[in-house]
Amino acid sequence: MKNHDKYHLIFAYESRIFVAMENANTNPKMEEWFDAKLQKNEMVEPKDWMPDNYRKHLIRQISQHAHSEIVGMLPEGNWITRAPSLRAKIVLLAKVQDEGGHGLYLYTAAETLGVSRDELLDALHTGKAKYSSIFNYPTLTWADIGAVGWLVDGAAIMNQVMLQRTSYGPYARAMVRICKEESFHQRQGYESICHLAFGTEEQKQMAQDALNRWWWPTLMMFGPTDANSPNSANAIKWKIKRESNDQLRQRFINQTIPQIEYLGLTVPDPDLKWNEEKNGYDFGTPNWDEFMAVISGNGPCNKERLKARVDAHKGGEWVRAAAKAHADKKREMEFAA
Amino acid sequence: MFDLLVPVQPEISNNQPEIIMNKQEALFNYTLRLADNSLILSQRLSEWTGHGPFLEEDLALTNIALDILGQSKSLLEYAAQVEGKGRTEDDLAFLRGEREFYNTLLVEQPNGDYAKTIARQCFMDAFDYYFYSELSNSKDATLAGIAAKSVKEITYHLRHTSSWMVRFGDGTEESHTRLQNAIDELWRYTGELFEMTEADEILLKEGIAVDLNAVKVKWEKHIAEVLETAKVQAPENKYMQRGSREGKHTEYLGYILAEMQYLPRAIPNAKW
Amino acid sequence: MSDSQGPIWEVFVQKKPGQPFVHCGSLHAFDKEMALQNARDLYTRRSEGTALWVVPSSAIVSSSPEDLGPFFEPANDKVYRHPTFYQIPEGVKHI
Repeated sequence: MKNHDKYHLIFAYESRIFVAMENANTNPKMEEWFDAKLQKNEMVEPKDWMPDNYRKHLIRQISQHAHSEIVGMLPEGNWITRAPSLRAKIVLLAKVQDEGGHGLYLYTAAETLGVSRDELLDALHTGKAKYSSIFNYPTLTWADIGAVGWLVDGAAIMNQVMLQRTSYGPYARAMVRICKEESFHQRQGYESICHLAFGTEEQKQMAQDALNRWWWPTLMMFGPTDANSPNSANAIKWKIKRESNDQLRQRFINQTIPQIEYLGLTVPDPDLKWNEEKNGYDFGTPNWDEFMAVISGNGPCNKERLKARVDAHKGGEWVRAAAKAHADKKREMEFAA
Repeated sequence: MFDLLVPVQPEISNNQPEIIMNKQEALFNYTLRLADNSLILSQRLSEWTGHGPFLEEDLALTNIALDILGQSKSLLEYAAQVEGKGRTEDDLAFLRGEREFYNTLLVEQPNGDYAKTIARQCFMDAFDYYFYSELSNSKDATLAGIAAKSVKEITYHLRHTSSWMVRFGDGTEESHTRLQNAIDELWRYTGELFEMTEADEILLKEGIAVDLNAVKVKWEKHIAEVLETAKVQAPENKYMQRGSREGKHTEYLGYILAEMQYLPRAIPNAKW
Repeated sequence: MSDSQGPIWEVFVQKKPGQPFVHCGSLHAFDKEMALQNARDLYTRRSEGTALWVVPSSAIVSSSPEDLGPFFEPANDKVYRHPTFYQIPEGVKHI
């Protein structure tokens, strides 16, 4: 854009700022400016004007993402005290802690959009906000920890790599940091599964069983098919999302099948076969009824996961109150001094 | 290692190997005791991961758990090496029974509420801080090295838990009461921290071990300061529980081990 | 924004001594000491830094997008502030 165009837009913006505040939702001029900004791949920053729907979409997506990280600590945390070696215990502890950190980066990114962490947590605790339904599945055996790291984190990384280029600055910056930290998660998962797949007969069975149970839920992590994804179109238009659910799912399958073959495990999909023409695998249809059931609260662990989060929050209430009371006292003393 | 607790069997050959053996056994027992403290405490702390009172503190406590788990791993590796019987650090962690653990009773106590977790941690951090500061001068280079690294981590832990003690003690009425209750409950497990065994005496003479009487003076001073700033008190009842030096524990340890060890015991000889 | 999680703080990390402090993210904490400790536990887990600043978010004043023109563009034509604006005869060194 030439300088005088920019001036024009900024003056246009200034003269309209009050109008924009009152009626941000329907401001064709500003939306035009905003769309142009996205067209040029410019990042949107917290103080920039943005369409209400963009803001709402982001708050929804970032907070869901944050909730997923926090709830995601639970199925893996479930095995920290039972990890079968000191190394495995250290790695798992560090990994679950990372997930917590990622949740935190994301909550603070969402907060730049004018929503408080209390509001975000409240939405989670009352069931208004969603989180990735994959975490409503139980981690039944130690092999599930490997499977979660390898498959679930592997699927998540595909999304997250894309989100490093998302149009909202604070979200993109959080994702850059997250991707850097996530890089060890998938590797440790695969390493753990390797120990099992090449271990004793019992271990190998454990690995296959975990793959059987996690394969389809992992594929469903990419969301409904593009044809059935109501929010995807806007997300792509606003460059919040840059690739569709189906594209990402296909890429995940293509890269994961050889990893399964290396382990000597069987993919639990009779319809899976290589398609030379599209240079990718054809695969069966996930059980979308199950997907809908889990999303609407009827997964195997929905109630437990939510309860664990609510309990932690309520249990921590007096701790936070004490910290606040003490901080207030100290501040008063500083003023008095 | 139980040889330390019963009269040493007379050897037929010259008595030189017997003394070396004794020192080695002492070092094994001593190192194991330190490793077990860290292992069991980190096991307890990691129960909080994902359930902390708020996100930032959840991560902070997990950091502490990670630090001391790392310390434990280094110590167990060294213990396995000192023992020289081909056992690995994992064998020592996962295949010893309840009576073969030497961690102090304090660390195996349940987390309770966050005040109890913090009080337990603060008592241990203060002990570890003064203990490892001394141990970093040990004539045993490996222990001195582990201690020097640990003391940096523990300095931070102590700062973290001491500030929480003060926040609770001088926060709300509820937090004050909770902290006071926690101290009343845990105090009886603090005396054992300073108990010197035969292993301590043998290694103290060698310049390897730390004089726990000296640590005790510093620990008492620091904790008294923290309690005073936090406006709470040590309980009237000064009776101290003991037993861990002989592998006699509270009932909690059995459950901790059952959970921690089940998998390597269920599938023996497996690699993880 | 202050809520039951405490106020928000901005964290700045210095990678190595002598380098500038760079903003790396935010967190919640109830007091200064907690903010500093939380920053350490959150943002330097992978040896990202050797020094930290924490600043209450509320203390930060920032320019607005509408300031873009009046604030920053006037600098664009002040080329005389840059050393390349000036011509030095060939052969003259150390200047």
